[in-house]
Amino acid sequence: MKELVVISGKGGTGKTSLAASLAVLAGNAVVADCDVDAADLHLVLAPSLRERHDFLSGNEAVIRAQDCTGCGTCAELCRFDAIGKEIRADGAPVFRVDPIACEGCGVCVRFCPERAIDFPKSLCGEWMISDTRCGPMVHARLKAAAENSGKLVSLVRREARRIAEEEGRPQIVVDGPPGIGCPVIASLSGASLVLVVTEPTVSGEHDLERVLALARHFDMPAAVCVNKWDLNPAMAERIEGRAAAAGAKISGRVRYDPGVTAAQLQELTVVETAAPCVDDIRQIWDHLQL
Amino acid sequence: MILAIASGKGGTGKTTLAVNLARACGFPLQLLDCDVEEPNAHLFLPGGTATEETVTIRVPEVDESLCDGCGECSRFCAYHAIVSTGAKALVFPEMCHGCGGCIKVCPRRAIREVPRRIGTVEKRQAGNVSLVTGRLDVGSVLAPALIRAVKARRDLSRAAVIDAPPGTSCPVITAVRGADYVLLVTEPTPFGLHDLRLAVDTVREIALPFAVVLNRAGSGDDRVQRYCTDAGVPILLEIPDDRRIAEAYSRGRLLVEELPEYRERFAALARQLLLSESSGGG
Ligand code: SF4
Ligand code: SF4
Repeated sequence: MKELVVISGKGGTGKTSLAASLAVLAGNAVVADCDVDAADLHLVLAPSLRERHDFLSGNEAVIRAQDCTGCGTCAELCRFDAIGKEIRADGAPVFRVDPIACEGCGVCVRFCPERAIDFPKSLCGEWMISDTRCGPMVHARLKAAAENSGKLVSLVRREARRIAEEEGRPQIVVDGPPGIGCPVIASLSGASLVLVVTEPTVSGEHDLERVLALARHFDMPAAVCVNKWDLNPAMAERIEGRAAAAGAKISGRVRYDPGVTAAQLQELTVVETAAPCVDDIRQIWDHLQL
Repeated sequence: MILAIASGKGGTGKTTLAVNLARACGFPLQLLDCDVEEPNAHLFLPGGTATEETVTIRVPEVDESLCDGCGECSRFCAYHAIVSTGAKALVFPEMCHGCGGCIKVCPRRAIREVPRRIGTVEKRQAGNVSLVTGRLDVGSVLAPALIRAVKARRDLSRAAVIDAPPGTSCPVITAVRGADYVLLVTEPTPFGLHDLRLAVDTVREIALPFAVVLNRAGSGDDRVQRYCTDAGVPILLEIPDDRRIAEAYSRGRLLVEELPEYRERFAALARQLLLSESSGGG
């Protein structure tokens, strides 16, 4: 089974549009949307829901106000500035945990002399398995302002792999998260190939280098494609040169094409329309030889 | 006054807005680039000499002569960053959040803390803009810790613009917390609308006032405008879908300098948002 992860360094380079198109070209793949912060694939793949699950991950500290004596030990120990002091109606100080800032380390819970801090599991989002016209899809939604997106990404990939095995599907196409941090790292480990979608801009060039460094760090084979290459042909060439020097394969270029937005407005993937750049995308798919 | 610029997904023009507002306003201000995984503001604001500091967090180091493998630390650690099952404790520093708990729970005092590098903070004066750039080391997962380091360099005597990372999870929250106002940048497309809704949920979660800036206006449809009208969210600026803007951006140029006809729109928005009552306040 082959797993292709499409990432972009910076967002907005057309990563999701390309991933959706590759999923259609693959024909018999499992699709995984690992951009759990801003999952968009479902907007063009029209999934019908098979099953839905809560995503519980990590814990969060909750101080029981009635048991808090206001000693302040927790606030001193917390290294994430998550505990603030409040004044009760009777004038006594109590401490309160800001659930958004809490990283769930448990230090305050363990060292509160009054044992006044609970540590329940926190609901961080949900994940779903759905059917789409190009195969089953695993997708997720991180709760606004929640933590642990890396763990959710790992979970989505694990489910996608399980389904691929059970249903005998040879490929998994993953729409990866942006950036180079925790969720991206979670989306790369153990994949077959990473395809980096970039743009011919100074930002695109800068971010590409960081993403390729990350791929090298994890010993992942990488391929690169420049989207909207004709916005700045000289830059496109320079980026390809650098990518090749960094050991990445060059998979092709996609032209600047308003048809990409037009497809999105019709809730279709680009390759299901007659947009001129469809040829470019097909070439990339053929070149990937997944 | 602190203005944070954010978006549900990347590539919507967040950095474009941040650097152009900062330059167009004309008065001295600080730009905190908290998009530490992909910091880009510096590409558009050249000049000045940079000073760089290393950012570290404290991670445990085990003294093997004292460790008897009791496993207290590994039972405590919420991130599986220190493991001991019968044998001497082993630290996985890249997973450690630096909470300090293992040190405190170790009954034999076998653990001490050592600094571990997670990235850098660079400071540079580019014209009227004091730029502070956070850059996460490749392979590090601790974006929030680095963002806190960038924000710790805040100069309280002037207004600040924060270029936040994209998304809706921990790094964004860390960047946006403490701001007085948030601008959410989006595009007039189905993806843009969907991501905007998520971003709106996020800023509502932390209860900050916000408005929308629509980039590439005219390239899609009017669903974003309709959503904003229905939800009562003001759109403070529309940046048209103009190929010249995309080209200036591709070369790392400032829109307000390359295409001066846009300058006044950015300057007016900067004055409106950054020179209000609480200017200069924390
Ligand atoms: S669990 Fe850790 S991060 Fe959360 S409030 Fe307690 S000490 Fe702070
Ligand atoms: S400092 Fe905290 S996060 Fe790091 S190893 Fe110790 S207990 Fe785990």
